Amino acid sequence: MSVKQISVFIENKKGALASCTRYIADNGINIRALSIADTQDFGILRIICDDPKQTETVLKNGGFISTVTDVLATEIEDKPGSMATILEVLADAHVIVEYTYAFLAPDGHAYMIFRVDDNAIASAALAGAGIKTANQEDLF
Amino acid sequence: MAEQKYYQKEIETMPREEMRALQSEKLVKQVKHVYENVKYYRDLMDAKGVTPDDIKSIDDIHKLPFLTKADLRDAYPYGLLGTDLKNCVRIQSTSGTTGRRVVAFYTQADVDMWEDCCARAITAVGGTNEDVCQVAYGYGLFTGGPGLNGGSHKVGCLTLPMSSGNTERQIQFMRDLHATILCCTPSYAAYIGETLKEMGLTPDDIDLKAGIFGAEPWTEEMRRDIEKSLGIKAYDIYGLTETSGPGVAFECEAQAGMHINEDHFYAEIIDPETGEVLPEGSKGELVFTSLDKEGFPLLRYRTRDICVLSRKECSCGRTLIKMSKPMGRSDDMLIIRGVNVFPSQIETVLIKEGYSPNYLIEVDRVKNNDTLDVYVELAPEQFSDTVKDLAIKEKSLAEAIKTMLGINPKVHLVAPKTITRSEGKAVRVIDKRKLHD
Ligand SMILES: [Zn+2]
Repeated sequence: MSVKQISVFIENKKGALASCTRYIADNGINIRALSIADTQDFGILRIICDDPKQTETVLKNGGFISTVTDVLATEIEDKPGSMATILEVLADAHVIVEYTYAFLAPDGHAYMIFRVDDNAIASAALAGAGIKTANQEDLF
Repeated sequence: MAEQKYYQKEIETMPREEMRALQSEKLVKQVKHVYENVKYYRDLMDAKGVTPDDIKSIDDIHKLPFLTKADLRDAYPYGLLGTDLKNCVRIQSTSGTTGRRVVAFYTQADVDMWEDCCARAITAVGGTNEDVCQVAYGYGLFTGGPGLNGGSHKVGCLTLPMSSGNTERQIQFMRDLHATILCCTPSYAAYIGETLKEMGLTPDDIDLKAGIFGAEPWTEEMRRDIEKSLGIKAYDIYGLTETSGPGVAFECEAQAGMHINEDHFYAEIIDPETGEVLPEGSKGELVFTSLDKEGFPLLRYRTRDICVLSRKECSCGRTLIKMSKPMGRSDDMLIIRGVNVFPSQIETVLIKEGYSPNYLIEVDRVKNNDTLDVYVELAPEQFSDTVKDLAIKEKSLAEAIKTMLGINPKVHLVAPKTITRSEGKAVRVIDKRKLHD
């Protein structure tokens, strides 16, 4: 199971991130999770929201460049070593993790997002280790 | 109207010797007219020890002094006027982007001659009185709009004087009134093509068959892009306000170089360093002499455009000499770390690498070292959610530019449509070094 994440190209200009997030909010899109990667030149805003399709259309109409990526979301237990366990499972399956970030779902549970090079292999490896991956609805 | 191949067949297909005789006759008259009416140029001739009697045929043209942009600036506004102002009916002017505004004067005969030149260009791309010609060059002091507008009238096309801007309305008129020929700058043509696509339309939704694009440098790759996005044949046109405007030279069906209207404008290629006239086929600076202008006659005007002339036979049947697309303008040429760089070279790399030809070059000097920054718009399909992929894109584009220029640029990917769009001439270069000098 995987979750659809939307990434938006943000120029490294004053106010660019603010105006993008304001635009998303003004269009009534509910952002569940958000992370930002940036370099000297540009940033990539990554968001998880309830209706990825609609969000994509809204962004396109606003003149933003965006792309949809399937990422894995796993619930993470609030105890030491749970993150390490997941990363070990993925490493043992020779899965490359591009990036990861965490957020809280409304039910109070913590989730981790993993962007990996092969979702199928990664999900199978996690399932084999008894770690459940969430789908879009689980997070809302 | 039956298909008409030439607007003024006798001139456009005139045998070489007859053309030389015509040019000689006109030059003798033009030199006399200038010597008698333009003190500024008479002083230049006197300083060189040349009199109108020394000019007996076109072969004597090399005896005349050159005029440069600096002369035009010095003589502003009336110093090069060739007749009384009461005989003039029109002024056109350059945008003055380089800080040197050119103001040119036209008598009615000058306007007619200029419009004839544009009519030849429109006819050469297949224009007849059955065509609808949409002129999306700016109207006003800029020569683009008025020149093609007048040429379109002479051909008898139904003329749509749109001027530039309001692109969606342009497309609406284009569709509703079935425009078949589009005249504008190449960057605006590319923008219209993009907008068409954004509106969910295809070239099948418009009736355009040909476009006449000039007033700024463009590449063969850009031509192919425009031809594809608008479903047309795209033709080049050349001209400058100093000589009249667009129509000094125009492309024919062969799409391989522009025929110069040499019955009105005599072309030479010179070595820009020494001023020596170079033989046909040599690359050098283009120099124009007006042969029958009244209001603003310019003899041996140095255009600063670098190109090549050719008398090779053309498949279209015209005998008019051809000039290549200018390979660069010495005004546009940047010297970065001692290397000559033309913005068009960077544009060629961008298109080859699949990027938008909308770019901005920023040159600066940091600790006595020149820096070159290239800002390029990212297309939606090139975007990736990982920093690594985008960094690789920047790096490989920088390498491709380095291969072309021999100097290392810093490439910056920017969001689409953030580089100011041109509805007139495009600003491609910001040279900040001048601020430090
Ligand atoms: Zn030809």
